[in-house]
Amino acid sequence: MTHTSAAQRIRAHALWELRLLLRNGEQLLLMFVVPVLLLIAIGFSGLSTKRIDAAVPTVLAVSIMATCFTSLAIGTGFERRSGALRYLGTTPLTRLDLIVGKFAATAVLTAMSMIVIVIVGLALSWRPDLTGIPAAGLIAVLAAAAWVSWALVLAGLLRAEAVLAIANGLFLLLILFGGVVVATSQMPDAVASVIDLLPSAALANGLRESLQQGGLPVLPVIVLLVWTAIGVVLARRSFRWEP
Amino acid sequence: MVEITDLIVRYGDVVAVDHLDFQAESGQITAILGPNGAGKSSTIEVACHLRPADGGTVRLFGLSPEDRTVRPRMGVMLQTGGLYPTARPLEWLEYLARLYPQTDDPATLLAEVGIDPGTRTQTRRLSGGEQQRVKLAAALLGRPELLFLDEPTAGLDALARRNLIELLKSRRAAGAAIVLTTHVLPDVEDLADSITVMSHGRVAMRGTLADLTGTQNALSFGAPPGLEIAALSASLPGDYSVRESHPGRYVVTGTPTPEIMALVTSWSAERGVMVTDLGIGDRTLEQLLIETSTAEAP
Repeated sequence: MTHTSAAQRIRAHALWELRLLLRNGEQLLLMFVVPVLLLIAIGFSGLSTKRIDAAVPTVLAVSIMATCFTSLAIGTGFERRSGALRYLGTTPLTRLDLIVGKFAATAVLTAMSMIVIVIVGLALSWRPDLTGIPAAGLIAVLAAAAWVSWALVLAGLLRAEAVLAIANGLFLLLILFGGVVVATSQMPDAVASVIDLLPSAALANGLRESLQQGGLPVLPVIVLLVWTAIGVVLARRSFRWEP
Repeated sequence: MVEITDLIVRYGDVVAVDHLDFQAESGQITAILGPNGAGKSSTIEVACHLRPADGGTVRLFGLSPEDRTVRPRMGVMLQTGGLYPTARPLEWLEYLARLYPQTDDPATLLAEVGIDPGTRTQTRRLSGGEQQRVKLAAALLGRPELLFLDEPTAGLDALARRNLIELLKSRRAAGAAIVLTTHVLPDVEDLADSITVMSHGRVAMRGTLADLTGTQNALSFGAPPGLEIAALSASLPGDYSVRESHPGRYVVTGTPTPEIMALVTSWSAERGVMVTDLGIGDRTLEQLLIETSTAEAP
């Protein structure tokens, strides 16, 4: 055997990322503790079923963005600064292996985080429309792909400190004004028609619509597909191993 | 094994590597020497496909460094970077081992370079020398046929350096081609089969240690400036001559023999002159590098 297969390398890298991420206290706080506390706070603030039905998709969206975008971009930016990625560039791991491996590890972490949020939500009387579960799953996967690709674009282009500032800033901006906390249905039409095209709004709207009303929301799926396609192309072209 | 032809590397307007030709062969250790900024690391980075060339060609095993079959066959130790800061040494090597088709045992290799495989210390908390050893173990892990080592002994203590030299000799004996850059000249004297001296991005000199230091036909020594060299020459056999190459440094031209060395030291002793740094060759590697470093850019 002269080289390992791409599947072997991707699996090795995904397991490596998972191992390091699950050891990172800040990461665990952001992924599990904060969303759960948020949900509990909302759940016990009024305990109306309608309120928790809206809160769970929102918290799921925040968790996906935090894990797949903010944490990943910051972590990768600092990996690049330390020279670890540069070294990996001399090993059999290819750029695509690295990107796919990171996506796989992040997807597993996101799934774990979502399972915890769903269990806490159900315990707080959340009752989703079961017919919308497959659509919500599709939305979550597409959103994870979109956010991971853009996290890698950011982390591959900018210095670690700049990634830290921009990833956190963008995260806050999008949570507050990007259709997550305040749904675009509550915004003026002209503003909503623009915000609907953001991946944050597509994710949050898609989860809300599918989990509250059932069915597959078409616009969010298309928006997330476009963001993913552009993100993957840019990440493949622009990602640098160098610090 | 390594064939670099007419390589050019630029950083903006600065030419770091200027039409460089370089070769390294299997079963040999090739040292690249030169002052800081001579282009050594840039050359290695291009060869490892970490940086694009601005001109020229690089061939490893007859293939482009981009070829995916090349990387499993080579090991690299970079001057900076090469470790995950939060990883422990053994888990880092075990991860890397999964990327290569065949590897040595990570725990055995770590022990071989003097790192306790059971340590739970993260690599960022290891000393500089310990980090170097982990990086070396990572470079050796995939049983490389070709090794690029950029400053491998930097920060190592004497024992670790000795171990590293023995490790590299064993890899050379097994047929690996080893390319190393270093500023530690005793390493070069211990290891290098071939030496390329770079200056201002170009090859200033190349050859064996004997070629470069002239060990076949001279000996040199240090003494106070202004010795009576005519008198010293007269005390030696007729086919030997003496010159003061620069103040306080003397070169005796002719085949170096024990008898000639004895004549030089006894002549000096008779005159109360303390001889220092007596050795074969008309200059040491260090002197050669100082001369190269102070030479004007072409």
